Amino acid sequence: MEHYTMNLTLKVWRQKNKKDKGSFETYTVSDISSEMSFLEMFDVLNERMVHEGKEPIAFDHDCREGICGMCSMYINGRPHGPWEGTTTCQLHMRAFKDGDTIVVEPWRANAFPVIKDLVVDRSAFDRIIQAGGYISVNTGNAVDANATPIEKNKADTSFAAAACIGCGACVAACKNSSALLFLSAKVSHLALLPQGGPERKTRVVDMIAQMDKEGFGSCTSTGACEAVCPKEIPITNIARLNAEYGHAGLTSDK
Amino acid sequence: MKWSELFTSSVGKKFVMGLTGVFLILFLIVHVGLNACIWAMDGGQMFNLAANFMGSTVVMRILEIGLFATIILHIVQAYVLELQNRRKRSIGYQVPMGNKGSKWYSRYMGWLGTLILFFLIVHIRNFWVPSRWLEMPEVTYPPGVTVHDLFGLMKDTFTNIWLVLLYLLGCVSLAFHLMHGFQSAFRSLGVYNNRYIHLINGIGIGFSIIVPLAFAMMPISMYLNWVQ
Ligand code: HEM
Ligand code: SF4
Ligand code: FES
Repeated sequence: MEHYTMNLTLKVWRQKNKKDKGSFETYTVSDISSEMSFLEMFDVLNERMVHEGKEPIAFDHDCREGICGMCSMYINGRPHGPWEGTTTCQLHMRAFKDGDTIVVEPWRANAFPVIKDLVVDRSAFDRIIQAGGYISVNTGNAVDANATPIEKNKADTSFAAAACIGCGACVAACKNSSALLFLSAKVSHLALLPQGGPERKTRVVDMIAQMDKEGFGSCTSTGACEAVCPKEIPITNIARLNAEYGHAGLTSDK
Repeated sequence: MKWSELFTSSVGKKFVMGLTGVFLILFLIVHVGLNACIWAMDGGQMFNLAANFMGSTVVMRILEIGLFATIILHIVQAYVLELQNRRKRSIGYQVPMGNKGSKWYSRYMGWLGTLILFFLIVHIRNFWVPSRWLEMPEVTYPPGVTVHDLFGLMKDTFTNIWLVLLYLLGCVSLAFHLMHGFQSAFRSLGVYNNRYIHLINGIGIGFSIIVPLAFAMMPISMYLNWVQ
């Protein structure tokens, strides 16, 4: 694709801290290369602001290659911006053209309070994982990888679910701020493998209980989560989670 | 896990929605099938006899109570979910997502359901209340069965264009409600097998078009005097 530069208007959410009311600020950036990533464009703006003695815009990021799930930005009415199957850090400026106005907001969900500007507190996800998103393995020699036979289709489905990076875009997109796509990816990933067998029933029950405590909504299966998920986690995982939950509820001993 | 949790957690509440939703779908099949008897072109005899049968045995009475309980449970749970879910995002977005990624009717289930509810109140008042609780004209068919003339009541009711339009609005709301609700109910109940999901999606679309369309044709054919 042809390289070009552009001048843009940015409307960015600024909020000093958790308590601050916050508001949108408008910035203009010029000579932005179409080859830059979206976050690099923010770096350019922030550097200028530091030079001008202003407080730079706080945003989360770490790997900048779509694997850590930190870069939570809601861009022009879509989590992670206009491209499909990409994170904000993988979004490139060639998605925009000269003269565009871009509105950038933080994830909005009461379970993800804004800490500063575009940074939200996603520790609710950590607590959900702590509640059951693990398997217990005895220490000792590593087991031969081929010792446990696993049906190919189950392995593939499990690996696809394991691709979830916990970014929270599903919550940001959902009209109910439901975290079920995330939970269903974590539950499916383990429920489909023999290694996840021992804690299968308690896992789903405990994770849902924690999710409800954290203040996420329930699922109306609108599909908005699946549409914005950078890892394209299929929504059928949510149906599988429902089945796991129903099965645990009907058959657990206590 | 306590039994109550199975129906009160966020996933459990959706089990209630899904179960009541599927029950209401089954009811619609019976209802539309029975009402289709108005097109028998026999002066309403088959329809009146069938409608009479539906109220004549104790089994039917029990099913009727079950139906009312199901509708009430569906509606109460729906509003509870709707209100709880709305409270999960106190500050909304400047630029809403709109139709990026979801169909409008999947996001407006609460409003579509509310329209259906308005329709239901009028509908129950129009037919169920007179037939069950009030004095009604009767007809006698050979060999001597006397039944309520619900067919006559339908013909009378649907001379009013405003009622016909209200019924059409009810049918359109039901169509969109089911367009999302049919497949969503099965997802809520944990059907995740892709082969079944494709099947259910297909049946769901067909059902959501055919059944409300058949219902809509009833007041229309009465109003236009297509049936005698
Ligand atoms: C004959 C009438 C009705 C039928 C056949 C019907 C059917 C359904 C079905 C199948 C679902 C999907 C359940 C799920 O996703 O698990 C549903 C959901 C829903 N219904 Fe109904 N419904 C009817 C009447 C109503 C009424 C009167 C209301 C409201 C006052 C209502 C409100 C809702 C809402 C809000 C949902 C979405 C719940 C959610 O996914 O969070 N419905 N309905
Ligand atoms: S399911 Fe997708 S959108 Fe949700 S947290 Fe995981 S990667 Fe992000
Ligand atoms: S910064 Fe790691 S996924 Fe975007």
